[in-house]
Amino acid sequence: MAARQITFEPDDRYHAFLTVCRKAPHGDGKLTSVAIAVKDNISTQGIETTCASKILKGYIPPYDAHAVTLLKGAGAAIAGKTNMDEFGMGTTTENSAYGPTLNPCDPARVPGGSSGGSAAAVAAGMVRMALGTDTGGSIRCPAAFCGIIGLKPTYGRVSRYGLIAYANSLEQIGPMARTVSDVSLLMSVIAGHDRRDSTSYDRPYTHMPSAEIRGLKIGIPQEYFGAGVDPKVAGVVRKAIGRLEELGATTLPCNIPSMEYALAAYYVTCTSEASSNLARFDGVRYGPAADTKKPWHDAFREVRRAGFGTEIRRRIMLGTFALSSGYYGKYYAKAQVARENVRKDFARILDNVDVICGPTMPTIAFRFGEKSDPLSMYLSDILTVPVNLAGIPAISVPCGKVDGMPVGLQVMGRPFEDERVIDTAFAYEQAVKG
Amino acid sequence: MVTEKDVVHIADLADIGIDAAELGTFTGQFNAILEYFDILDRVHGDGTIVRDLHNVMREDEAEPSLPQEEVLANAGADEDGFIKAPRVM
Amino acid sequence: MTGGEIIVGLEVHCQLDTKSKLFCGCSTDYRDDGPNTHVCPICLGLPGSMPVLNRRAIEYAIRVAKALDCTVIQESEFSRKNYFYPDLDKAYQITQYDKPLAEGGYLEIEGDDGRERRVQLTRIHVEEDPGRLVHMGNAERGRYSLVDYNRAGIPLIEIVTEPDMRSPKEARRFLNKLRATLEYLAVFDSEKEGSLRVDANISIKGSERVEIKNITSYKGVEKALTFEVTRQKNLIRRGHAVNRETRHFLEARGITQSARSKEQEHDYRYFPEPDLRPLHVQSWVPDITLPELPDARRERFMAQYGCSLNHARTLTGDLRLANFFETVVAGDPKGLSSLAATWTADTLIGELNYRDVSLDALDAASFSALLTLLKNGTITDKSGIEVLRVMLDQRLRGEPADTPNAIVDRMGVRKITATLHPAHKSIPSGNVPDPVTAAISDVLKEQQKAVEDYRGGKKEAFNFLVGQVMKKTRGCADPAELNRLLAEELKKET
Repeated sequence: MAARQITFEPDDRYHAFLTVCRKAPHGDGKLTSVAIAVKDNISTQGIETTCASKILKGYIPPYDAHAVTLLKGAGAAIAGKTNMDEFGMGTTTENSAYGPTLNPCDPARVPGGSSGGSAAAVAAGMVRMALGTDTGGSIRCPAAFCGIIGLKPTYGRVSRYGLIAYANSLEQIGPMARTVSDVSLLMSVIAGHDRRDSTSYDRPYTHMPSAEIRGLKIGIPQEYFGAGVDPKVAGVVRKAIGRLEELGATTLPCNIPSMEYALAAYYVTCTSEASSNLARFDGVRYGPAADTKKPWHDAFREVRRAGFGTEIRRRIMLGTFALSSGYYGKYYAKAQVARENVRKDFARILDNVDVICGPTMPTIAFRFGEKSDPLSMYLSDILTVPVNLAGIPAISVPCGKVDGMPVGLQVMGRPFEDERVIDTAFAYEQAVKG
Repeated sequence: MVTEKDVVHIADLADIGIDAAELGTFTGQFNAILEYFDILDRVHGDGTIVRDLHNVMREDEAEPSLPQEEVLANAGADEDGFIKAPRVM
Repeated sequence: MTGGEIIVGLEVHCQLDTKSKLFCGCSTDYRDDGPNTHVCPICLGLPGSMPVLNRRAIEYAIRVAKALDCTVIQESEFSRKNYFYPDLDKAYQITQYDKPLAEGGYLEIEGDDGRERRVQLTRIHVEEDPGRLVHMGNAERGRYSLVDYNRAGIPLIEIVTEPDMRSPKEARRFLNKLRATLEYLAVFDSEKEGSLRVDANISIKGSERVEIKNITSYKGVEKALTFEVTRQKNLIRRGHAVNRETRHFLEARGITQSARSKEQEHDYRYFPEPDLRPLHVQSWVPDITLPELPDARRERFMAQYGCSLNHARTLTGDLRLANFFETVVAGDPKGLSSLAATWTADTLIGELNYRDVSLDALDAASFSALLTLLKNGTITDKSGIEVLRVMLDQRLRGEPADTPNAIVDRMGVRKITATLHPAHKSIPSGNVPDPVTAAISDVLKEQQKAVEDYRGGKKEAFNFLVGQVMKKTRGCADPAELNRLLAEELKKET
């Protein structure tokens, strides 16, 4: 069979890409010749995969992630690997070891993170679709900041095989695009069981988005419109929810008491898992080589000092501490209890309503360097992390502007009702297209 | 409250390499974050995680391994088919 | 002054004999192949790879749990044990920590007092083997390590005992019994190099406990513990404290040595493995049919073949030996069992050990043929040993193996007897004397003094005369018959 390929030569003024595949081969299928950008923490055979870290510079995976295999099977062309916060740790893509990505809506502002490169590539029109990953909001945040659509699927609906792990119990690969239909199309390719991922479910996605939402019951959590949220952003999102009501949906106020400690539970869990996941980067089997003339621990420490950015080292230390003898009960064990409470809160609310709506992010995209204090950076994840803790699906769809910058409406749903979440976003999108 | 000494100990445990210059800032930030985590002390519940998936297993069948060259391809150094590493003795 | 009671506990790691590794499909048959040829993204620890559990490994582990009377836990799960070492591809080992596969159980062994006693078990769990490190270089060229990940991910079963053993010998007997049991269950192959590793904990009552890590041979365990008993007792005798510590066993020198302190301070930061799901396998237990185990086989050997307790213990203490024995006697159990028991347990094992070869060196049919010759009185016991040695040496040297009969004839050791001699049968008049009678006749003529001594009451003279006749017949006379005939001859002259 003759090799077919597309030529991909984007004008990447926003530094969305770390690797560009100028001649991208492709086959046939639902996505024939569609150029798709893949976040650089997803393994691509023969294409350098760095997680935007120095510690994986030069690493060429000998295998494809399952999602990538499925993309290729659908005829897609892998256009390149996109920039991100190092190992997924960040909310702005400023933590990339290879320089930040700029927000196409305003290059003085961050594109969001950690899938900032994928969001910028889509927002700037360089590609039609992209794969991102979402551990605590890393698809939804950049989608909101860049004014595109991004879906975090139900946990376990998309295989994580080949996704370089940051926090195994929280993350998912998900689709990002400029239209809900494209997000839905991409989801139909990547969702489904993979026997190589023991946490994956046999729940393929074959849905065509429907704009019919009459009778839909929407929960409005007070915590999503409270003190930490910019009133202008809250206002735009309330208007968008009003639009949904005009389409026949009804709203109901609700409470998520566990929101109080959800962020703490998230950061304890993800840093703990990360501290373990990132311990394998020792320069022996891959990555810049360890100095074999030194004794093991010295060489190992040197590789990590040189290869990991500051935020990575901070999170590894936090996670090491949270798991350490004497502290496991106070931190990690407690975080799992907290997490289960979050899941129960959402399950309880979603017994009475079909979806939950609120802003994706508490503010519009920050300026570069605005969030210099780590804790204040973590706090901006407050509206996205509960979804990951509960394992439920959530989408961000653009719903207006504040100070010229996009604002995202977040729709959250029951486990395995990604279809309903997409329909809600689709209904809104079609209504305002007019 | 963790002290700089505690932070050095954690960095040792994690073999993470932290400079003396960074130590002060790190410790301050660490403490702020840990203080935020203290909210978890107020959490109640028995924490049994409901897992609906269990006994996920595969059959005992041998599948092809990677060719030796591919195993060594990303390694920093190799010798006679082995991967070279810093000494552990 | 402490009572001096020795307290020993063991943690035994055995490789399970599955076709593929615990969490990936790489073949476990790596021993004859080059380094890093049985490796895939999963057992190499490539970023993004994920483990998938091998069902057969769990089945095997439950088989062991059932055989050792353990309780399989309702929900068990895997955990990560985090530490940094180049042979650990993911920088964590997937093991089981607070929710192991099974708890409790016991194994019965022969105690130092000769009576059967139980060694209680604490738990059984499943985990993966790390890779293999080879240390290279020297002070001038610089030292470094070489890593082979072929072994990384091989399934291990870890059996932890209570501190129930009271001597290094009991520990060795425990290991032998455990090894035999696992082989009977067909989950373990003890012939595979490195398939068993032991960590031993030992203390003298009243003093601190010492851990000896990573002993890789059965004999090594007894040696290491014996050394420790002496070392600790010496310390106590001199009024020093025994330090609670981890030590390594240096097999070549037969000593234990303190491990470097960094290894002793490990905080493994265990947490549940997020890429795997819990096991609910308690319901598998009733469906598992256990084969005949060593103790039952021992009882059966005593009942069915009339073996003594000691012989039965020895024969059933090794699966291959037990199978060998039953094959050898199969054709003629009534006639051969007693002989086979003695000759296998007492003689053959010794000859095999001396040559450092396994039971594979000899086929059951040939051994059976040899035993038949002995049963029929065709050769003496002494000759039988000579023939056996020839049989083993031929096979050891790769020479064509003669039948026992052929060897007997070539060596000329077919037993000579008065009653059995062919000449005796075919000459009705008996004019030509058989070699035995002839030899007796000659000796009595030649050894007049001894004959007189015997008649004078010196009983030892009889033995001397027996010896002289044996010499003349080159050891081929049947001893019982020779004694009888000589006594008769000596009586005649009186």
